[in-house]
Amino acid sequence: MRRTLPIFVVLAVLLVAIAVANPYFLEPPAFLAFVKRAAPLVILAAGQYAVIVSGEFDLSVGSLVTAEVVIAARLIDGSAEATWPVVALLIVLGLLVGLVNGVVTTLLRVPSFITTLGMLLILSGAIFLWTGGAPRGALSEEFRELGRGSLGPVPWSVLILVVVAAAAAYAMRARFGHTLVAVGDNDRAAALSGVRVARVRTVAFMISGLAAAVAAILLGGFAGVSAQVGKGLEFQAITAVVLGGVALGGGRGSVVAAMAGAFTLEALFTLLNLYGISGALEPAVQGVIIIAAVALGAVRFPRRRVAATS
Amino acid sequence: MTQQLKLRRVSAEGSFLRRLSADRPARPVYLALVLLIVLGWLLFALDGGQFLSLENVVGIQQRSAALGIVAVGQTLVILAGSLDLSVTYLISLTSLVAAEIMAGSDANVPAAVAAVLAVSALVGLANGLIVTRLRVHAFIATLGVALIIRGALDERYDGPAGSVPASFQHLGYDRIGPLPVSALLWAAVAASVWLLLSRTRLGYRIYAVGGDIEVARLSGVRTERVVVVAHVVCSVCSGIAGLLLASRLGAGAPTVGTDGGYDLESIAAVVLGGTALAGGRGGVAGTVGGVLLLAVLDSIFNQLEVNSFAKDVVRGVVLVAALAIYARRRRTS
Repeated sequence: MRRTLPIFVVLAVLLVAIAVANPYFLEPPAFLAFVKRAAPLVILAAGQYAVIVSGEFDLSVGSLVTAEVVIAARLIDGSAEATWPVVALLIVLGLLVGLVNGVVTTLLRVPSFITTLGMLLILSGAIFLWTGGAPRGALSEEFRELGRGSLGPVPWSVLILVVVAAAAAYAMRARFGHTLVAVGDNDRAAALSGVRVARVRTVAFMISGLAAAVAAILLGGFAGVSAQVGKGLEFQAITAVVLGGVALGGGRGSVVAAMAGAFTLEALFTLLNLYGISGALEPAVQGVIIIAAVALGAVRFPRRRVAATS
Repeated sequence: MTQQLKLRRVSAEGSFLRRLSADRPARPVYLALVLLIVLGWLLFALDGGQFLSLENVVGIQQRSAALGIVAVGQTLVILAGSLDLSVTYLISLTSLVAAEIMAGSDANVPAAVAAVLAVSALVGLANGLIVTRLRVHAFIATLGVALIIRGALDERYDGPAGSVPASFQHLGYDRIGPLPVSALLWAAVAASVWLLLSRTRLGYRIYAVGGDIEVARLSGVRTERVVVVAHVVCSVCSGIAGLLLASRLGAGAPTVGTDGGYDLESIAAVVLGGTALAGGRGGVAGTVGGVLLLAVLDSIFNQLEVNSFAKDVVRGVVLVAALAIYARRRRTS
């Protein structure tokens, strides 16, 4: 628990800083808009957390998000009745990509960094091969409603986010969560105590694929069709998870903190925008803060780190 | 007398075999390379063309030189159990530093080269210190440094800047017989890193740290220093690649690194060459093979006029398949 505390403090400080610069920020509409903007990254971070805590990496989520949005636009092509079958198809595709990542990593024993890097190349290449270089077609209004619209005052994406967060927090408290963390901490010990390591890790990759599918549906609605929609999301998701105090290499950290990490990253972007550091210098400030935050986390708990490496 | 001779020869053979087996991970990639070249030659023979034409061979070497130099540096950090994702933006940065300082005049070339080496060594030092002293995972540390460099580039440059004098452009375009100068530069970098790894104490320590950092530390290796030096050498390699690309372009460009995708591509080449991503196993010979394999694949695609997006798909499949085969060999052996 002590490990997860710093990220909530950082998040609170950032939110207060935003509120100081923009007093309207903490009023419901503005705050809900912020949560809505953050929702895709938070969902991706929850998926990436499952993979990282089990001791692996998933670099393919960014290109998977792009692929899903481009496929949705091409298949829906503006027609309302195609919307729901395509949404179902996107979810199946996300699970399938996760399954392939998981099977290649666990059964063929390819390091997940390489498996998912290969998947990144394959997905981005295949999708542009299929569309001939530029995305075609259009999303229907019904599809975009999920990312843009709202139920009363509450945006759909915030509702979806709440459901995802509750499910993730529940799953990590249930037996599945415990085996997932055990596998990441020491897969040999987990295997000897009867955990089917390959299966658990494959499920973790499928969760990440599912999260990418949901994030793609929200992002497609929110931002529309573009070939750049998922660019760099894999690094952002991994950064968010690490900001949440989750150890790369697995076995340590909580999913709630990982999602708080994603909120922190989004709050950071908002703050930089507010103070007019948008555009050019933004990545530099982001880089400094990420290194500083992770370094502070490492310095604060030197004993735990030693325990983790030995 | 004869017996003595025989004995000596046997022992020499033994050590040679042992050395080969130490570099064993490199063997499959060369086998694959030979197979691919034969396949390419066959394809072109059927098509009435010539695969091993001078033009094509030179093209393969030129295309792979920059990636090759970066990948050689990447090999060092990966062997030490680290990783460098900042190479892309460092290449862009150093190409700009080189072109801006040269400003089209021959007299400034030495100063520009020195500045590039200094800048890249500094970035490597920063990477290494963040990884070792601040205990930030290399993935996050080098990603953060990459973001910082990117911010600085975005802030200062919108497009190509500076200019490289004609004399310096010889580095990018000239060739001696069938060997381009850029490939010779690559060979020199690879040979010196190979010497470093196989003949010096530092090299052995890099393997030791990558194999098991705790055991290395308990054996009296200053592990932090080793990781920092590996990062510095890696970044200097990226700086050299930046110089090479600046000489090709005739100017510095803020996108030259990202266009090449050098971060993930160099890691792919290193692991294709049989170096373990977790560190401690592998070597430069395999990396050179991995880079050549990617370049030959590229050249076959180019001449068959395959869509560039299909290339990515095949690259992904080749990468994953190669690693699956390595994993299988390791389990059976």
